Amino acid sequence: MQVVRINVPGISNINLKKIKESKVDFRKTHLKEIENSTHFLLGDEAAAYGALYAGCNFFAGYPITPASEIAEVLARELPRVNGYFVQMEDEIASISAIIGAAWAGGKAMTATSGPGFSLMQENIGYAIMTETPCVIINVQRSGPSTGQATKPAQGDVLQARWGTHGDHEIIAISPSSVQETFFLTIEAFNLSEKYRTPVILLMDGEIAHLRENIIFPSLEEVSVLERRIGEAGSFAFGGEMVPPMSMFGQGRFLHVTGSTHEPNGMRDVSSQSVHQELVTRLYDKIKNARGEISRVEEDYVSGSRIGVLSYGAAARPAKGAVLKARAQGKAVDFLRLISIWPFPVEAVKNFIGRVDKIFVPEMNLGQISREVERFSAKPVIPVSKIGGMIHTVDEILEQINGI
Amino acid sequence: MAFNSIKENRFKHPRIGKYLRQDILPTTFCPGCGCGTVLNCFVKAVEELELAPEKLVFVTGIGCSAWIPSPYFKGDTLHTTHGRSLAFATGVKVMRPDLKVIVIAGDGDIAGIGGNHLIHAARRNIDISVFMVNNRNYGMTGGQVSPTTPFGVFTATTPYRNTEQPLQAGEVVAAAGANYVSRWTTYHVFPLVKAVKEALGVKGFSFVEIISQCPVSYGKMIKMRKASDFLKLYRDKSVRMAQAKNMTEEELKGKIIVGKLQERDRAEFVTGLRRINEELQSELSD
Repeated sequence: MQVVRINVPGISNINLKKIKESKVDFRKTHLKEIENSTHFLLGDEAAAYGALYAGCNFFAGYPITPASEIAEVLARELPRVNGYFVQMEDEIASISAIIGAAWAGGKAMTATSGPGFSLMQENIGYAIMTETPCVIINVQRSGPSTGQATKPAQGDVLQARWGTHGDHEIIAISPSSVQETFFLTIEAFNLSEKYRTPVILLMDGEIAHLRENIIFPSLEEVSVLERRIGEAGSFAFGGEMVPPMSMFGQGRFLHVTGSTHEPNGMRDVSSQSVHQELVTRLYDKIKNARGEISRVEEDYVSGSRIGVLSYGAAARPAKGAVLKARAQGKAVDFLRLISIWPFPVEAVKNFIGRVDKIFVPEMNLGQISREVERFSAKPVIPVSKIGGMIHTVDEILEQINGI
Repeated sequence: MAFNSIKENRFKHPRIGKYLRQDILPTTFCPGCGCGTVLNCFVKAVEELELAPEKLVFVTGIGCSAWIPSPYFKGDTLHTTHGRSLAFATGVKVMRPDLKVIVIAGDGDIAGIGGNHLIHAARRNIDISVFMVNNRNYGMTGGQVSPTTPFGVFTATTPYRNTEQPLQAGEVVAAAGANYVSRWTTYHVFPLVKAVKEALGVKGFSFVEIISQCPVSYGKMIKMRKASDFLKLYRDKSVRMAQAKNMTEEELKGKIIVGKLQERDRAEFVTGLRRINEELQSELSD
């Protein structure tokens, strides 16, 4: 795939003076070249371009299948929008670097897969505690451990929720197509800025390595949330539910720490009330915004008795099975979770209320079905498939038909 | 009583006061800790260089030495997770090369758990100044063996003696590609101030290893409880680089080689990255 020219001019051609005096917005200029065009891309590539549209100007990462293409595209494209790509020595370093870049004013992202995601967990907690906006793409592959390194899975859904230690809330969203990957990457950046928190784009190897048509929209069509910068006098870590974010070099003498801290950032690790106030606010700022963050696709029919709930790649055969069942005369409801965490409780409860039993196809041994069970008095039936193969439509249909 | 009078008088030094968050002083370091000496030498160097505090970013990890700048130094401070200061600092420096990015860390933090980041930051030769306070043990957690603890020493986790060889962090960083490396001890305060100034002036990765006493945690393990005993030892055991070059391995046993280990002018990492962007922009401007 080649969207743009990648020839690099010789150093002798450089007119540095002209560059410094130039008023050209290189990000816009470059994106203008690719907007309103149709391409045939991998999910990974779509994520990279989504990041560019969202204003990402820093990416740090470490090669890992099936996420490497995200890094490869951004290594090529970021310098063209005056952003920076750094390949770090490991995934711990990668997430560390993006957090540092965010505090230096950057819109930063990293991308990895299960093993790297495991390594990042400590610093995801650091980003939560320090209220650092950043995006972490986890292209899920078959685990545990090295598992089937090149094969897709959805086995990190609960790790995304609970992977880092301590009480916390997290935002995770999961795309089901290449085009949606593009938009959800932008969405991930916007959510991270809005709530000043790390956001996980929970992809899977199936969508990452799926090639589909994708349209790059015009820049005007895409809404990008810019950072609210804290000024002198504002608290960097309190004062309101989501405080504005200051950055280094403002002369504010920021003190950023993963230890429990006062609204001004200074450490206080001995007071019960300071910890309770801080951690409860970090929890509530996301939990209380669940309605705003929740995104689902509902496809309901009248008189339905059966419901199918899925997300990510598994939602594709799941929807296929629903359509096939309907063609056979069965009234089946379909709910696709787009936001996974915070769990879209209201939409799920409404869905459960419509049907007598719920099937949950997913590429793991029942991680979201377990969450659905928490809200359901009705039978919740996991339709699990692991081993690096996605369900077929008929495998899910057989379950629905009770074969 | 003594504490209150210090609190009331705060830290009113006419010149170096502006580099400290005065309302937090005095420090919480143990009696006799070398961190106070490092703090003093560092602030003295910064003051002599007349650096603007709003241009300084301190990135630290976990451990006693991380507390030297965080919270005592005035400047932007990023107090990170254990061992990862250099990786965080890399993100800061790439985005804001106009800021002076400084890491102050302990041996366990930056050469132990964060050893890989240290090697690679040095290899990239990124413009960050690192001051490694080497107290030869994990002091904050109570005196456990660290990657720099000498062979044969008894610690909380080597109760029968240490059977590992210590890491020569300065030599490792020099070999990995840093532009500047030197090593001093808390006894050598004047050369140390000079080395801090040199390191802060270097374009590229600079690293100063500071052998420092920990009379409380480490001292209780090696039965040396007085800071002055450590300083006398550093005085007697130190050998200057020039002198060490003419000594045999046997003669250097147990000695601390002090002085400049490396000074060169390799290309700096962020400058290279930014140069690529300028080249691409020049093409777009044409």
